Amino acid sequence: MTRKLGSALAALAMTPVAAAAAEMPSQYNLQPPQSIIAHQIYDLHTLIMWIIVGIFVVVFGVMAVAIVKHRKSLGHKAEQFHENTTVEIIWTVIPFIILIGMAYPATKTVIAMKDTSNPDITIKATGYQWKWGYDYLQEGVSFYSNLGTPRDQIDGHNNSARAANANYLLEVDNPVVVPVGKKVRIITTANDVIHAWWVPALGVKQDAIPGFVRDTWFKADKVGTYRGQCAELCGKDHGFMPIVVEVVEQEKYNQWVASAKQKMGEAAAATKAAADPAKQWTLEELHAQGAKVFAANCQACHQATGMGIPGTFPALAGSKVVTGPEEEQIRIVLNGKPGTAMQPFKHLSDVEIASVVTYTRNNWTNKTGDVTTPAEVKALRK
Amino acid sequence: MEARTPQHAHTGDHPVGHGGHTAGHDDHHAHHPTGFMRWVTTTNHKDIGTLYLWFSFSMFIVGGILALMLRTELFQPGLQLWEPHFFNQLTTMHGLIMVFGAIMPAFVGFANWQIPLMIGAPDMAFARMNNWSFWLLPPAAILLVLSFFVPGGATAAGWTLYAPLSTQMGPGMDLAIFALHIMGASSIMGSINIVTTILNMRAPGMTLMKMPLFVWTWLITAYLLIAVMPVLAGAITMVLTDRHFGTNFFNAAGGGDPVMFQHIFWFFGHPEVYIMILPAFGIVSQIIPTFSRKPLFGYSSMVYATASIAILSFIVWAHHMFTVGMTAAAQLFFMYATMLIAVPTGVKVFNWIATMWKGAMTFETPMLFAIGFVFVFSMGGFTGLVLAITPVDIQLQDTYYVVAHFHYVLVAGSLFAIFGGIYYWIPKWTGHMYNEQLGKIHFWLTMIFFNVTFFPMHFTGLAGMPRRIPDYSLQFADFNMLSTVGAFGFGLSQLLFLYIVLKCIGSGAKSPDRSWEGAEGLEWTVPSPAPYHTFETPPVVK
Repeated sequence: MTRKLGSALAALAMTPVAAAAAEMPSQYNLQPPQSIIAHQIYDLHTLIMWIIVGIFVVVFGVMAVAIVKHRKSLGHKAEQFHENTTVEIIWTVIPFIILIGMAYPATKTVIAMKDTSNPDITIKATGYQWKWGYDYLQEGVSFYSNLGTPRDQIDGHNNSARAANANYLLEVDNPVVVPVGKKVRIITTANDVIHAWWVPALGVKQDAIPGFVRDTWFKADKVGTYRGQCAELCGKDHGFMPIVVEVVEQEKYNQWVASAKQKMGEAAAATKAAADPAKQWTLEELHAQGAKVFAANCQACHQATGMGIPGTFPALAGSKVVTGPEEEQIRIVLNGKPGTAMQPFKHLSDVEIASVVTYTRNNWTNKTGDVTTPAEVKALRK
Repeated sequence: MEARTPQHAHTGDHPVGHGGHTAGHDDHHAHHPTGFMRWVTTTNHKDIGTLYLWFSFSMFIVGGILALMLRTELFQPGLQLWEPHFFNQLTTMHGLIMVFGAIMPAFVGFANWQIPLMIGAPDMAFARMNNWSFWLLPPAAILLVLSFFVPGGATAAGWTLYAPLSTQMGPGMDLAIFALHIMGASSIMGSINIVTTILNMRAPGMTLMKMPLFVWTWLITAYLLIAVMPVLAGAITMVLTDRHFGTNFFNAAGGGDPVMFQHIFWFFGHPEVYIMILPAFGIVSQIIPTFSRKPLFGYSSMVYATASIAILSFIVWAHHMFTVGMTAAAQLFFMYATMLIAVPTGVKVFNWIATMWKGAMTFETPMLFAIGFVFVFSMGGFTGLVLAITPVDIQLQDTYYVVAHFHYVLVAGSLFAIFGGIYYWIPKWTGHMYNEQLGKIHFWLTMIFFNVTFFPMHFTGLAGMPRRIPDYSLQFADFNMLSTVGAFGFGLSQLLFLYIVLKCIGSGAKSPDRSWEGAEGLEWTVPSPAPYHTFETPPVVK
């Protein structure tokens, strides 16, 4: 531990040296920059660190001399001087000049960061409690990106599985894929509360604000996988909604877009087929599918036990809404409940909503026997 | 609680102090209830100061326990103890309790004890309101602590209470809002009292520019409080009506703007930061000249620097919000304004060091804390400069780097100054010297464990660890373990402080009127312990 602290202190002093030597993720410094803006941020930080180290040495060097030499125990007699206009002007003006030296490069970077014009690709990132949704605006690709780390690695004392996972908490099921060397504009918004889309190595962090859109951009230097996390407290699972960006060659990107579109097409066809009004759903079919929908969308708050978290997230088991009229429950799932954490789930398909409603009405202690059909859901959509 | 026996020593003229004035009248005529009712009904500034300080200490313990609970979860990766929602409650309530319960009341305690003694006033201007200001605090604290036990627990929206997350919270949020309203009312009353006392009740001859610097910093702080506490009250009232009465101030679906909350909050929040540090500057500016045996190098420039910091504090708020996506022009304005604060802050640090230069320094505990303050607070100032640079801030916003930064200014800044101030004036308050050796041990333990706890956070933040997360990826494991070890060391060291203070109240060497060789000022002209009533006849300041 002491050795670590020692090397940490040394690393702080030698920040630029350490960074130049290593491409691996640093424990002591900003992550190795992988975009032009990230490089500028890195260099700005290094510059300012050196200026600060310089000021630190001079100012506290003087203080150290005073502490060592001007002590009563050494018989030093206090001089009674005070107020000296010249000195006071000097130590006001010099810091001011140093500040201008810092502000100049910083200003250039601020302006560059804000220039989101002429992007090659535009991706909308939507923050949900607690996952990210992505829409490639030109390509028409859309998907959700959930935490990929298995729950049993997170909970409890299963240290060995955790220790073996180098990307613990920094992995997702569906990463964002972008081509290398292309200007990618990220538009952020949110569905519920404020989130922030942050990938340190790419030098981007942008709040995702419900009801508003903001944007930022990056151009990745190199092929690779870059990992980040939500950076604005967004409730219970704030720590569990990572962001993974895979930067690939243009050709691979094109293939990825094609296959993603194909997958979406298949999924849409499946949904359409499933939504065939003629299809008769059984309770078992809906229950089985509803269990999956519940795990993906509802479980984080209402819990697998259906008991919720008392006072914060209501229980569904035994709930008046879930055991009452179907229509009311479907409405709440579709439109959310204003003033609470219950958000609209309009983006789910009729089948998904019908199945999850059926599931909740026929699971745990709830035994209504009701079968909610996709047609009922469709009828209630505005 | 200390039992202060009335002083029967000084009847008639008592030639103490360099003013040669009368001080330290006896208090034969101090008719006040005793026991519990004495503290409930007291209008005496010394009693109320003592109440504030004990209240602050108990909140410091509560907030500290919350901190240790969350540090325990962070000891290693994985979720071991608390589920994430409760973890968020811990971080939120740790922040709220430390800011509003521990740091702010501690400084008001100092103001109550010291301002009348330092300006030669017999008491605070509004003695009954003073009692009310204090007694509002315990109910507010009870609301905050009780909120853990209501359904859904305490608010988990972060101490910044950002909407719309705060509108999602359970009833614990409402309790927090009411507690903040009450504490805000208390602060405003306290501030009005302090301003009135300072402007109207100074001893003859004490012009504004002869006031001790601690009094100056509190005068400016009180104005800041009066200006911004109503702003906070407005913001949280809007959250309250959004929650319960169908308004949509911060709800985009109803035409509101979530970012507006942040603007209002930080218009309060940034001056609030200086509310918590300016009185600390004042305390340090009293201690350093005393133990350097040399007058403060630039008194008037210190006053002007304090005022500049206060004024600048109103035009930098959006540097807390660089990632919300404001225009480049706005980012640049707030970056430049924020960087400017380094100038008056630098002037202060230079002045303290120039005061030490060629002095005859001794290193009793108050001086250790003051030097520790200058040293470690400056590191917080430096990281503040790093964070002022917008592009770097965008990378570091909401990471542990920010957590490190504000603990360097709030713990090593405000708290170290509070410790220093207590060691400095406790001989005057109790009449006894504290145990110097234990005091020094307390300083070194505090200093070392503080740095063990918070220094590694600079690294985890730079490397990309977000704040307010209950679990983290593996590359942050070593430093988090170190921080947790440091946090327990820091927390346990404060029990030693409690022991030192209790021991000093009950026993210890008798303190002379002037407890420190180099101490200047009216408070050292009255006996130790300071009699129940002082300066009934105003001293004359030349």
